[in-house]
Amino acid sequence: MQAFEYASPKTLKEAVALLGTRWGEADVLAGGTDLISLMKDYLHTPKRVVNVKGIKELAGISKTGAGLRIGAIVTVDELLNNSAVRAEYPSLIQAARGIASPQIRNMGTIGGDLCQRPRCWYFRTGNGLLAMKDGKSLVVSGDNRYHAIFSSGPAYFVSASSFGPPLIALGAKVKLTSATGSREVEVAKFFVTPQNESSREIALLPNEILTEILVPSAQGVKNATYEVRHKDALDWPLVTASVALKMKGNTVESAKVVLGHVAPTPYVAAAVERALAGKTINESAAEAAGEAAVENAKPLSENGYKVQLVKVAVKRALLEAVKA
Amino acid sequence: MPEYSWPPMDKRRVIGKRISRLDGIAKASGRAKYSSDTNLPNMLYGVLLTCPHAHATVKSIDTSAAEKSPGVKAVRVIAPAGTEIQWAGWEVAAVAAETEQQARDAVRKIKVEYEVLPHVVREEKLEEVGTRAKPSGERETGDPDAAFKEADAVSEGHYGIPVLAHCCLEPHGQVIAWDGKKLQYWPSTQNVSGIAADLGRALEFPAAQITVEMDHIGGGFGSKFNADRWGVECAHLSRAAGGRPVKLYLDRATEVTIAGVRPSAFAKIKIAGKKDGTITAWESESWASGGIAGGGLPPIPYVFAAPRTGIPNQRLKHMAVSLNTAPQRAWRAPNNQQACFLTCAAIEDLADKLNMDPLDVYLKNVDKTARPETYASQLKKAAELAEWKKLWRPRKEAKGTLRRGLGIGINTWGGAGHQSTCLTKIHPDGTVEVELGSQDLGSGTRTVIAQVAAETLGLPVDAIKVKIGRNSYPNSGASGGSTTVGGVSSSTRKAAVNALEKLFAVVAPALGVPAEQLEAADGRIQVKGNPAKAMPWKAACQKLGVNSISADGENIPKVAPKEGLNSQGASGVQIADVTVDVETGVVKMNRLIAVQDCGLIINPKLAESQIYGACIMSICGALMEERIMDPTTGRVLNADMEFYKLAGIKDIGEIIVHLDISPEHDQKGVIGLGEPPAVGGIAAIANAVANAIGVRVPMVPLTPNRVLSALQRRMA
Ligand SMILES: Cc1cc2nc3c(=O)[nH]c(=O)nc-3n(C[C@H](O)[C@H](O)[C@H](O)COP(=O)(O)OP(=O)(O)OC[C@H]3O[C@@H](n4cnc5c(N)ncnc54)[C@H](O)[C@@H]3O)c2cc1C
Repeated sequence: MQAFEYASPKTLKEAVALLGTRWGEADVLAGGTDLISLMKDYLHTPKRVVNVKGIKELAGISKTGAGLRIGAIVTVDELLNNSAVRAEYPSLIQAARGIASPQIRNMGTIGGDLCQRPRCWYFRTGNGLLAMKDGKSLVVSGDNRYHAIFSSGPAYFVSASSFGPPLIALGAKVKLTSATGSREVEVAKFFVTPQNESSREIALLPNEILTEILVPSAQGVKNATYEVRHKDALDWPLVTASVALKMKGNTVESAKVVLGHVAPTPYVAAAVERALAGKTINESAAEAAGEAAVENAKPLSENGYKVQLVKVAVKRALLEAVKA
Repeated sequence: MPEYSWPPMDKRRVIGKRISRLDGIAKASGRAKYSSDTNLPNMLYGVLLTCPHAHATVKSIDTSAAEKSPGVKAVRVIAPAGTEIQWAGWEVAAVAAETEQQARDAVRKIKVEYEVLPHVVREEKLEEVGTRAKPSGERETGDPDAAFKEADAVSEGHYGIPVLAHCCLEPHGQVIAWDGKKLQYWPSTQNVSGIAADLGRALEFPAAQITVEMDHIGGGFGSKFNADRWGVECAHLSRAAGGRPVKLYLDRATEVTIAGVRPSAFAKIKIAGKKDGTITAWESESWASGGIAGGGLPPIPYVFAAPRTGIPNQRLKHMAVSLNTAPQRAWRAPNNQQACFLTCAAIEDLADKLNMDPLDVYLKNVDKTARPETYASQLKKAAELAEWKKLWRPRKEAKGTLRRGLGIGINTWGGAGHQSTCLTKIHPDGTVEVELGSQDLGSGTRTVIAQVAAETLGLPVDAIKVKIGRNSYPNSGASGGSTTVGGVSSSTRKAAVNALEKLFAVVAPALGVPAEQLEAADGRIQVKGNPAKAMPWKAACQKLGVNSISADGENIPKVAPKEGLNSQGASGVQIADVTVDVETGVVKMNRLIAVQDCGLIINPKLAESQIYGACIMSICGALMEERIMDPTTGRVLNADMEFYKLAGIKDIGEIIVHLDISPEHDQKGVIGLGEPPAVGGIAAIANAVANAIGVRVPMVPLTPNRVLSALQRRMA
């Protein structure tokens, strides 16, 4: 870990004033479950670390007229135990439950989850975000069992955040604040596919802090997340599917289906959404939706199995959502 | 000759009892100090610089910037210009600094120029390794061609079990203080008595001037016998820093990359049998790698290959594949897991071809093993515990999304006691010390020693002070090959008997009988057959005046078989019960049943605990663990504990252990148990999955990826 200056501001205003204009100048520290590892591996070598856990404005979960406001420093565990979230957003609860271990759920924050860096093993061993060597992708020619099945390059890592897919399915926004003001960005647009080594996988700018997440009300919206995991303890999902279904009686008025761990961003399965409109969800409709979800899949040499996992995850998420 | 033999089963008061391990509370509460917890005043931190290339020559190395880096006290070049490096992770240089952070920053300032050379790091596909595969043995017995022709069924299959890492929770490393005159050494080692000689040899420094101390070790599994390059360099750093202690422990990535792996084994196997299940022929073309030196032939066919009575017709051909990866080390029952998996998988595939229940095929062929009756009874016992007859279904009947399956794995092992000397001291105040230069790898060695001494001296366990983990104590063997329990229990028994004889001689006059008529029981020295004539232990010891008794006892492997305190030859059977989700390929453990014989059991609770651990390792190996090499960079991709996957509690299911405790086994004396139960689980789980889904998944670990591919191949 490179030596750094440490700041622990008490207000958002002080905090944003401490940030830099370029990556590498300052890093925001929340739970530290990702940042500290990145720093230990010299993947992030910020000159300054700005702890935001002491900023009250970033804390807490509250109901607003339009839905829910989740502060960026709310921990995964806090979210799991929040009654408002439990009542209306099973898809968030199901996503949160799968995250790692009690220790990480106690420390890791929802803001940190959305801003965490990819877990691609080429990136994490120092080969860069796009993992190019001599003009060729290490991922494509190497071991890509955990990589993207929806990407035409140059990025092949998968978005790591378990909250990304359900938040997109629910139509949530994030609020980003810098010294000059705030902006709201749809979570669907917060995740971006980097085209070169110097860009990031999220729309956050180096001088911004993610302050809160705004989730629209899910009254009358059936939602669920289904994860396929290799092992139960301390593991990443192989594939996830989050669905949010606006229902009219027994039929789907409109659907959102978002896949996780299959592309450099959460992947919106638009074809499925169209196909589901007006349908009743049953075993065969769910299965057909799963098939439709993989239409554009382009698996790499060692991750063809993820295509099958997407089909199952979509099917099971849909059936879970409409379960009484 | 004093009488050393174990007391009869029904007379034992301490041996055979389910006593909790003596250091359990200390470990669970964090009070136990592992070697890596050693922190000394004035201590420096050592860090290695390792090579990022799998194959390269060092062109030049410049340490000047590192030397000037803040806090740096010593810099060592390990691989000077001209060194040919054969694997990524090779130690190139080392730095000692005031803080770990300073040392890490400093090694990054060392400039090394490499000439990168071509590498090969993956061996799964033999056709892709070119000249790296070298013939390494052929063998033929009987007439395999004729036997295959005459067989009622022949099964042909492809099987593979990959390299995996020891992944010790406490990484390899040590603290060393070496001022040139004496060397103090706090290693994490399986070899307390022997490691000083290994280090001394490398340093050209007398082993007698090296003191070794280790109280607790966080895992070794066969990878921690030697001082290793990091030990030698740690000593040099200390010396260069004027004798200040240096702590050098590998980080996780380096630990997984260079501190030990189990070699792989792959094979194309053809196996033949008769309608009644009799196995008649075996043919295999195998290959393996454990690094640059290739990999040896596992003992296949396993178990069913007893001299004269084994599978009669065999043809084996083996290739050793040299890879640019760090070298193999012994791994809990070296090469037996591989052999067991290859053999038991092939046998159950043959059973399927014969339309037979594999249990019946194993039973039909027990005459081909070295212990037919034992295996037959163990197979039956395991089947009974697993409810095999009720639950087992042929592969072809597999249906549904969640499919349950059962499978079997069989193990064998030696486990004779190693050389061990014990010194037992009885002091005038009644205290008892038992000293051995041994180590407790977490297997319960301390507790076992205390139980043997307590049994022999007629005292409760807590009256015995067990002292191990110092090379100043009498020499006791390294803990490998499941040899520790036999060695230390025998030497402790003998030392305690010898000490007691001396005490009897002192006490006899007061009790008015010859020493031979005395015995120690229930905290007293008493006249045999007349417990009323007795003296409490403390009073007896007071008779020593100012002189303590000290007596030693030695287990000498060559003469041990005559004494009968320990012996070798264990066998066991594992049955796995799994459920496979055929839509996701995810395998869930329901149960793992382990039936194991191991001779005289000193502590059933600890013995069972060993078996639990072995089963958990098997589950990891069967479902999750593998070292993943990148073909392009030649580096380990999962040198962490995130993608180097190990089971957590929820992944384990139920483990059912049955120890074959019986007079028949007991009379064999103590037999080691650390390794055999770690052998059969992988085969059992792989067979259970094949049974569940109706098709063989050729390669372990059985990841969703591999399970789904196997299912798809079957449908195609
Ligand atoms: C073994 C393991 C398994 C895991 N499994 C999962 C999983 O299944 N699913 C999943 O989603 N996650 C998983 N995680 C990741 C975990 O959820 C994240 O590490 C955690 O949520 C990050 O939160 P944090 O508060 O600790 O972030 P930090 O480590 O503090 O920060 C992470 C990154 O986000 C930035 N950041 C943090 N907060 C803000 C903010 N408010 N504004 C701007 N930037 C910010 C930091 O600068 C840094 O770059 C796993 C982690 C581990 C180690």
